[in-house]
Amino acid sequence: MSATPPRAPRRALPLAPTAVVLCALLAWEAVVRINGIAPYILPAPTRVATTLWHDLPSLLPSLWFTLRITAGALLLAVAGGVALASVFALSRRVEAALFPLAIVLQVTPIVAIAPLILIYVESTTVALLLCAFIVAFFPILANTVVGLRSADRGLRDLFTLYGASRWQRLRLLLVPSALPYFLAGLRIAGGLALVGAVVAEFAAGAAGHETGLASRILEAAFRTEIPRMFAALVLVSAVGIAIFAVFDALSRWLLGRWHDSELPPR
Amino acid sequence: MTEARAPLLSFRDAGLRWPNGVQALSGLTLQVEPGEFLGLLGPSGCGKSTALRLAAGLERPTSGRVDRVEGVRLGVVFQEPTLMPWADVFDNVRLPLRLAGRRSVEVHDQVMSAIERVGLAEFVHAYPRELSGGMRMRVSIARALVVRPALLLLDEPFAALDEITRGRLDDDLRRLWREERLTVVFVTHSVYESVYLSTRVAVMSQRPGRIVAEVDVDAPDPRDDAFRASPRYAQWCLSLSAALREAHR
Repeated sequence: MSATPPRAPRRALPLAPTAVVLCALLAWEAVVRINGIAPYILPAPTRVATTLWHDLPSLLPSLWFTLRITAGALLLAVAGGVALASVFALSRRVEAALFPLAIVLQVTPIVAIAPLILIYVESTTVALLLCAFIVAFFPILANTVVGLRSADRGLRDLFTLYGASRWQRLRLLLVPSALPYFLAGLRIAGGLALVGAVVAEFAAGAAGHETGLASRILEAAFRTEIPRMFAALVLVSAVGIAIFAVFDALSRWLLGRWHDSELPPR
Repeated sequence: MTEARAPLLSFRDAGLRWPNGVQALSGLTLQVEPGEFLGLLGPSGCGKSTALRLAAGLERPTSGRVDRVEGVRLGVVFQEPTLMPWADVFDNVRLPLRLAGRRSVEVHDQVMSAIERVGLAEFVHAYPRELSGGMRMRVSIARALVVRPALLLLDEPFAALDEITRGRLDDDLRRLWREERLTVVFVTHSVYESVYLSTRVAVMSQRPGRIVAEVDVDAPDPRDDAFRASPRYAQWCLSLSAALREAHR
């Protein structure tokens, strides 16, 4: 008998989705070439690729800017969400008082709030950070609150029985119980922080060098440089995919052996 | 010598009413003597688990008293294995010592010995989800044993297991009781299990629960299949079944 069954196998690049994407790109290329569609109407994937290659030096600083806003907002959302969730977990009364506000923040579309924030906050960078934070904050908060509350009743009793201190209870029981919920929230928040950063920049309509990919897309639109718009769009998507992949790997690393959500299908 | 006969645990006219008004226990009087294996027998919902929670100090009586000898080391096994899914067998068993502030290196041997006593030495680094139901229950027992308890409280620990596993764990428990000179309180709804294991069986009434009958099961060791097949065993089972029926009419 083996005491340690094999770890979950590494997930290979799935065949089906890869095939679907390849087929779609081929079809797109074919449609453009066969109908002789002009690049300023619909550029072929190969054209988008070459544009991306040529424009990369001018797009990279913007990519870096968007990344910084996204990461910064996400970091703030994690810190704020986890801190507030801990307070909520300690006191139902505080939760009852503050949760409605958090929901208002969540359900109001960020495009509607962004212009106001841009007026009141002098630094555009700070305003963008704030917008991205607002969208990323809620999933972290909501999930962590549920997670901290979901610790097994029997285990709570056990910790009481063996005289656990508050700190031991938090570190050895509540945090590990909340971890799967928090990580699920983090995956959602990661994507939303990017959406928030891009949408807020559109609302800002900013120009200049301290701007992100959204501004490059807007500029390209004004000049009807459609291939460049697509190229910038590809970069935005790539950032989103990278964020998802990082948190997916993090989740697998932290939960791989014990949580049902990360086990291979039977 | 009166010192040795002092009960480890005593319920004196203990009652418990939940905040929602349900009276779970009322007028419960029971003494647990050092060294005995007490079976607490009653059907589901009669307040057996509540009585055990009182004994463990997880609840306080709303009337009467529940007293435990000062400083007596306590091990508790719940109905569910109640393991931390994120920790392996070693860390699960180590938990009570860790909560007492003991460091991993100094308790390694103590933890290993508890794991060996329940026969899981091979599975030290397995996670709970990789173990069968019976093995998880063994981990739970090892965790209760690791503090070297004087008093072991078990709340229908094997109720969810199949007959064979349950029989094997019953034997293991009986052996541990004998070898470690434990005092055991074992909550069960099975007449047969209570007679097989106990030196004394206390029968509980319907809610609000109290003790309505106490029967000494003074059969010597070994308790084995021959004991199960003996007329005395059958007699005890019959009289306890009758007491249960009487209490729940």
